Amino acid sequence: MTALIPVAVLAALGAVAGIALTAASKVFEVEEDERITRINDALPQANCGGCGYSGCADYAAAVVEKGAECNLCRPGGDAVAAKVAQIMGQEAQDVIELTAFVRCRGDCNATPHKYIYEGIQSCAACDRFYSGSKLCTSGCLGYGDCVRVCPQGAINIIDGIAVVDQSRCIGCGLCATACPNKLIAIRPATQKIEVCCSSRSLPKDTKKICPNGCVGCKVCEKNCPEGAIKVTDNHAVIDYDKCTGCGKCTEVCKFDAVKDITA
Amino acid sequence: MSYIIIIVSCVFVNNIVLSQFMGICPFLGVSKQIKSSVGMGAAVIFVMVCASACTYPVYKLLDKLEITYLRTIAFILVIALFVQLVEMILKKKVPPLYRALGVYLPLITTNCAVLGVTIDNIDSEYGFLQSLTNAFGTGVAFTLALVLFSGVRARIADCDFPEAFSGAPSTLIAAAIVSLSFMGFSGII
Repeated sequence: MTALIPVAVLAALGAVAGIALTAASKVFEVEEDERITRINDALPQANCGGCGYSGCADYAAAVVEKGAECNLCRPGGDAVAAKVAQIMGQEAQDVIELTAFVRCRGDCNATPHKYIYEGIQSCAACDRFYSGSKLCTSGCLGYGDCVRVCPQGAINIIDGIAVVDQSRCIGCGLCATACPNKLIAIRPATQKIEVCCSSRSLPKDTKKICPNGCVGCKVCEKNCPEGAIKVTDNHAVIDYDKCTGCGKCTEVCKFDAVKDITA
Repeated sequence: MSYIIIIVSCVFVNNIVLSQFMGICPFLGVSKQIKSSVGMGAAVIFVMVCASACTYPVYKLLDKLEITYLRTIAFILVIALFVQLVEMILKKKVPPLYRALGVYLPLITTNCAVLGVTIDNIDSEYGFLQSLTNAFGTGVAFTLALVLFSGVRARIADCDFPEAFSGAPSTLIAAAIVSLSFMGFSGII
């Protein structure tokens, strides 16, 4: 009989706790939209932050609560975008794929060096030394900081400048962060036209140091039927929301700085 | 007067974390940011005070039935109940804090500081109000240790440690030094 007392006491304590918790869970019930859980389950759980939200759970909540686009998950690709759109009852849209592009054509035939650099073979180190060894202070230095960070091995140094193999690039953006001159653009892969220069120097200076540089002559701006190309700071900038890829600008550019990069 | 002595004793002289080395897990886990350490401290104060209030009658009952050997399991049951309650309240009222605390919130259940304070209440033969004061003071002591240490960690994060010492080793060394500084309080009461 005495053995039953502790059992009964503990059972009673447990029962009281159980009842209290059940009551509390009703009082403090959090209404969660079940779509959030379903979207979160559909996402790849890479928590890469590539969508612009801090992790998959945050993105799932943003889709339901803030009306974020359904096709922002790049690791998941079109399949996940379709699933998310289906949960939200929207029409499926393909994921906008991004690729990296090096905005420089100042290779060893085009831009001379102002000094011979024999230090640590890294763009970041060289860039600290009089803004790099090239005459163009915003050009590609070619010491391969981007090559080393690329997880896909998609970047090669050809004639002294970095070139991205568009078929292998996944648009992760690591190279863009690694580049000390910030001349690697992460752009929509479907867009054909690109300004292949990052120089914002005065036109006469750019002309002196690189035959391929954009001098901001505004010929492309005047000839664009969509008004998608604008020259700011001596440099052409394309608005991809307006660009149709007609290629007029590439025909009129005297320096071949605005190019159809798929050609 | 005895209440003031209890509070000073738990906050400074016998600091639960820095002198008695209980609750080290959340002390190292949640002290990365001052904000989350304050939240954790508040949750622990709530759990400690409520748990002490409940374990007092529970212990009286166990004592009467002469089954005090059950106190550990019975107390843990009570503590688990309050941790679950805190979790529900935070999830409903302060979701950002709920996410910031993460796994350390349910881990208050196994935070030995909470069980420690309820056992300490009994071993020190405190009355009901004294138990509550002791629990509150200990909770404040835990919060103080966490907030102090998160400040120290913010300074460590800015330091250029040798690679072998960066991360956990530097944190543990700093924890030891903070603990040493609290030895200055010993013998006051």
